[in-house]
Amino acid sequence: MADKILLEIVTPEKKLLSEEVDIVVAPGEEGEFGALPNHIPFLSKLRVGELRYRKGTTTTHVAIMGGYAEVLPDQVTVLASAAEEAAHIDVVRAKAARERAERRLKEAKDRYEFAVAEAALQRALARLRIAEKK
Amino acid sequence: MATLRDIKRKIDAVKKTSQITKAMNMVAAAKLRGAQQNMEKFQPYAEKFKEVIRRLAAGVEEEAGFALLTPRAEIKNIEVLLITADRGLCGSFNNNLIMMAEKFARAKVEEGLGVTVSCAGKKGADYFRRRQYNIGQRLTGLLAKPSYDDALGLGRELIERFEGGESDEVYLIYSKFVSMVRQIPTMVKLLPIEPMDLGEGQGESVEYLFEPSHEALLEDLLPNHIYVQVLEYLYQTSVGEHASRMAAMENATSNCKEMVRSLTLTYNKARQAGITKELMDIVGGAEALK
Repeated sequence: MADKILLEIVTPEKKLLSEEVDIVVAPGEEGEFGALPNHIPFLSKLRVGELRYRKGTTTTHVAIMGGYAEVLPDQVTVLASAAEEAAHIDVVRAKAARERAERRLKEAKDRYEFAVAEAALQRALARLRIAEKK
Repeated sequence: MATLRDIKRKIDAVKKTSQITKAMNMVAAAKLRGAQQNMEKFQPYAEKFKEVIRRLAAGVEEEAGFALLTPRAEIKNIEVLLITADRGLCGSFNNNLIMMAEKFARAKVEEGLGVTVSCAGKKGADYFRRRQYNIGQRLTGLLAKPSYDDALGLGRELIERFEGGESDEVYLIYSKFVSMVRQIPTMVKLLPIEPMDLGEGQGESVEYLFEPSHEALLEDLLPNHIYVQVLEYLYQTSVGEHASRMAAMENATSNCKEMVRSLTLTYNKARQAGITKELMDIVGGAEALK
């Protein structure tokens, strides 16, 4: 029986992470879920938000910009369209992105533009929230 | 016969050209390495993605009615997405791709179908702008560094037009990177997605929990499947472009060297002939004075 779980986070840009951890908590589409070793096979969509994992006594936070997660008894694979570890988030850029998104949100002319701006705002907010936790 | 000075000038010109082609060869080599690295970094994602979608597709009945999976009963309009490089000087790389697209498009037009050509890459776009085909998207500057956002933008438009009924089938032409010296123009069908592409039937018999539902998840993943494919082809074409340019420039450099060699030979011959002639004159003049 495995008592660790292999967490892999891959994005189109690169493989962000591949590590043995104790527990993974991911932002599922229908609510946050935690995965311990020997979890039942599970596939979920992820929303924009925070993924955290604990290894020993340290917890690490990762900003996930939406994607999918596949949970197997000894492995969690996260397919994210983009992801950043808390320590690597560029706060200045994220703040600029937030302001830009807020402005676009106000100026949005139709539902499509509104949705685009809202999604951008969500991503910026998630980045900022997680950056604080490093 | 060319004068000595003319030949000398020619030699200098060819030497300069060879310096340029040599530099371009090295630049292409450096870019090739970068492009290959980018492609390798993308591999884990692509592989994992295919695995997930295969698992999902395995459990869904074909008649589930996903628009992107359903072949149209009647094919009236098709769209071709042609990926080419933005720049030339890479041998027949772009031409091969364009020829393939043109041949395919012409054949389809003759069948009476409406054909729309979308171009990612300046060379293809320039070519088709001057011909009477409907042009869909025209994007340039992607291959320098293909990104997920680029693929998403391209893919989303293809899907939108497909879903809106403006196209009934979507094809993509790209350059398949086989090896450093071999890149093959290749055509694939993007839409409707062939269940075979998803690797149906190969799924392992693991029972999954799905969230949200199985169908909703698959529906969400299908467009992403297109984006992942487009991105993969962009990467391959980009690597191929640099490999092809490297080979072309290497050829050019060695041709230059050959030319310099034969010109130098001509130059020396002409020089020697000149000296001999002058000697003859002097000797002849000396004889006459006796």
